[in-house]
Amino acid sequence: MFGKLTWAAIPFDQPIAMVASSVVALAILAVLAWITIKGYFPYLWREWITSVDHKRIGVMYTLLALVMLLRGFADAIMMRSQQALAYQSGGFLPPEHYDQVFSAHGTIMIFFVAMPFMIGLMNFVVPLQLGVRDVAFPTLNSVGFWLTATGALLVNISLMVGEFARTGWLPYPPLSEIAYSPGVGVDYYLWALEIAGVGTLVSGINLVTTVLKLRAPGMSYLRMPMFCWTTLATNLLIVAAFPILTATLAMLLLDRYLGFHFFTNDAGGNVMMFMNLIWAWGHPEVYILVLPAFGIFSEVVSTFSAKPLFGYRSMVAATMAICILSFMVWLHHFFTMGAGANVNAIFGIATTIIAIPTGVKIFNWLFTMYGGRIRYSPPMLWSISFMVTFIVGGMTGVLLAVPPADFVLHNSLFLVAHFHNVIIGGVLFGAFAGYTYWFPKAFGFKLHEGLGKASFWCWTIGFYLAFMPLYVLGLLGMTRRMQHYDVPEWHPWLIVAAAGAAVIMIGIALQIVQLFVSIRERAALADTTGDPWNGRSLEWATASPPPAFNFAVLPKVSGNDAWWSVKQHADEALEDKPDYHAIEMPKNSPTGFVCAFFATIMGFAMVWHIWWLVAVGAVGAFATFVVFAWRDEDEYVVPAEEVERIDRAHIETRCAGSTAKEQTA
Amino acid sequence: MSVEDHDSFAILDTAPGETSTGEKGVGRAVLGYLVGLGLAILLTATSFYIAGTDLVWTPSIPVALVVLAIAQMGVHLVFFLHITTGTDNTNNVMALAFGVLIVALLIGGSLWIMANLNHNMMPMDQIMQMQR
Amino acid sequence: MTAVPLASAQAVPRHLAGGRHAARSERGPAPKRIVVGYGFWIFLLSDIVMFSAFFASYAVLVGETAGGPTGTQLFDLRSAGIETACLLASSFTCGLASIAAGARDRSWFSIAMAVTCLFGLAFLALELKEFISLIARGAGPSRSAFLSAFFTLVGCHGLHVSAGILWLLTMMAQVFAKGFRADIERRILCFALFWHALDIIWVALFTVVYLMVAGR
Repeated sequence: MFGKLTWAAIPFDQPIAMVASSVVALAILAVLAWITIKGYFPYLWREWITSVDHKRIGVMYTLLALVMLLRGFADAIMMRSQQALAYQSGGFLPPEHYDQVFSAHGTIMIFFVAMPFMIGLMNFVVPLQLGVRDVAFPTLNSVGFWLTATGALLVNISLMVGEFARTGWLPYPPLSEIAYSPGVGVDYYLWALEIAGVGTLVSGINLVTTVLKLRAPGMSYLRMPMFCWTTLATNLLIVAAFPILTATLAMLLLDRYLGFHFFTNDAGGNVMMFMNLIWAWGHPEVYILVLPAFGIFSEVVSTFSAKPLFGYRSMVAATMAICILSFMVWLHHFFTMGAGANVNAIFGIATTIIAIPTGVKIFNWLFTMYGGRIRYSPPMLWSISFMVTFIVGGMTGVLLAVPPADFVLHNSLFLVAHFHNVIIGGVLFGAFAGYTYWFPKAFGFKLHEGLGKASFWCWTIGFYLAFMPLYVLGLLGMTRRMQHYDVPEWHPWLIVAAAGAAVIMIGIALQIVQLFVSIRERAALADTTGDPWNGRSLEWATASPPPAFNFAVLPKVSGNDAWWSVKQHADEALEDKPDYHAIEMPKNSPTGFVCAFFATIMGFAMVWHIWWLVAVGAVGAFATFVVFAWRDEDEYVVPAEEVERIDRAHIETRCAGSTAKEQTA
Repeated sequence: MSVEDHDSFAILDTAPGETSTGEKGVGRAVLGYLVGLGLAILLTATSFYIAGTDLVWTPSIPVALVVLAIAQMGVHLVFFLHITTGTDNTNNVMALAFGVLIVALLIGGSLWIMANLNHNMMPMDQIMQMQR
Repeated sequence: MTAVPLASAQAVPRHLAGGRHAARSERGPAPKRIVVGYGFWIFLLSDIVMFSAFFASYAVLVGETAGGPTGTQLFDLRSAGIETACLLASSFTCGLASIAAGARDRSWFSIAMAVTCLFGLAFLALELKEFISLIARGAGPSRSAFLSAFFTLVGCHGLHVSAGILWLLTMMAQVFAKGFRADIERRILCFALFWHALDIIWVALFTVVYLMVAGR
């Protein structure tokens, strides 16, 4: 009746897991109770859960990412403490637990922090920058978000019911095969990612179509903001790479569930093929993570230098070059697997070549800053730290791209330091820059700047403290994922690394405090003009937050930095009256949430082999689609008078805000 | 989308799968599909015949089959999916080209890599057997 | 700074004034039919990439028969030929259904879709028969890596055809209940794209899996 599920699935004998699960469960119950008591459910259902508005969905993606950052960072603290303590000792985490911790850490950080953060920012910003009302497929957008949330939910359920995978963030066979991992951990991992992968793919399709087919009149390809170009490249990569992940994990699932022999040791299975296929996805994946960050930096650097982006066309070329080249380098993740010198050489050369367009970008950002009037607000601080940090990480990457060097350093802490260097320095710093930069647009008030700067310094200093020792450790021969060791030279470095993690923890705490303080002081931090940073692109033309339809009248664009030229030519347009029309907007829909509900049921039932429940979930999901397809009204109309009223209100507040600024200046 | 979008922007790009000249008339449209069907039948039958025959030099059979398969896919793309090289189809063709590139890299790359790996990393028992 | 209505703040350049003469990329948001069709086209490309991952596995594992039966011993070309004919015919009738939808002819649409469905079901029946017979002969997917790859690749295609048939029936029901409404027409366009793409994948499939081993 319940498949493999019994009461023994709850880890009563593991104190850390029990405490963590209880804390999380209590926190969730507390939040639900508060919402119920305050009567917020109808509002939440109507305005957020069933919303198909790209701005709301973008905010929810970002919120998911920030919450999961806490979970992933908790894993990081546990790992750093364990390694600092485990010199000639067992530490406090037994191996079977430690293995789950590092596997969960990687899985959560990549799939449920970095991906949702970037996708959330792209979803929120791109339609506004393109001067249109929403993405191409709003309801599908909601489906994509909720499926991603389902994946995150399944991973977190594994903490309380069952176990997580012990195979690392990529489940290499034969360890991940049923013979060597008979528990449910790998199954949780596989189903969470298969479901979340569908969500990501849906997002990819949505944003590619939006950038290519939905832009304001006059906005040709070479007049789009740089962030939209990087969004295009990123989502082309998502569409091209994620199906490979789906297929490869499906093959592993077939091996585990139905006794197939893709990656088994016997009957002709080929273990190496898993590595080949998974990294054919894995390498494009890291560019999916970093390209949006590059786009964010292009926006932030030009805004906070008060200069147009230097070398726009070369940036576009570099972005598309990275997009294509990222599909030609994947073997560098397994140089040591034995493909031989010829194959290694080709992929090594390709890997070093891909560093060139990134270098072009760095130079363009520097040239943008040169001669500009730089304001050192937190987004700009994140950008400058990124440039320094990412260059270090990129150089160690080029070093690892040389196969003989990689033979020494593969799977050592040098590798771990390299990828954290580029992911934290590139992706995470970009995410934080974007979060701070677009926060006022989403919520109508800025984040507290002092706390932002403080958390920035903690993150930067903490990062260097935590990861530079790892480079040294890699060169001293320490392998990754070690639960204990007895080499005395390594110990001091690991203590420094743990200290670095503690400094980062302070940085995160400051970010949480910053959020609470900013909400409390939102009147003082309010953004009344819609353009708090004197921005250059169209999102700053709207109110903060924008109305549901974004623009009362779609802007007509005739050059780069569309909003900047509007501001420069403002006096020429004093007497123009906009031509207001009624606007059709897509209706909210519970499709996404309900679909994800059934997906969660199916995933959980698959993990525990509860076959009748799987069937229920499948039928439910299909029924949801049919019900959605059957609806007769999919749009609602905002009458022209309402559009005019909202727009005039925004124009008046913006004038009042600018006049106030001029008077105080 | 606002009401203003459905106005004067007449023929833009073509959606994939649509004929770009709109109302060609039912008869001509059916004829297009019939020609496609005929060509496809011809090519498929040739494939099946070549696969089992001695009339063609044997080592060239795989190449011939690949060429015929590509031709069949082309017939489908042109006659059933109406993919053309007109400027109104550019986005569709570019997307298709990108997809083909990825497929070629994935399949070609995997075959090359796996062949090298299998050759270098032959399982121990096979090496032992070779040495006996 | 006074009121700056965004849309007309920039003097509208002459080449945009006429709307129709602007470059294709500058005409503003595309109509829904194009947006939906293109989005589905991108989805199809992602599906083709997924199939190519299964193709790559098959190509790598085709020789790994683990002492068990090979393709030459197992595959029935006659059955594969009939399956191909069924799918090709169904693609043709699907095209006729598209024409009927364009002409807003409900009865021809229903007939063409029904025939498409029957051809599709025939394809699935033959494929299922082949699978059952292989398993009965001890050549199931757990026999060897080659057979795992075969069953997965061909089975994945069969699953897509099954999903397509469910979609086909849903479209027939929608047209029956609501006629050729704009959103239903867009879905028919997408369905046709899907069905034709499945036939394209089948071309690759029968060539690589069935024909490449024949005669050896």
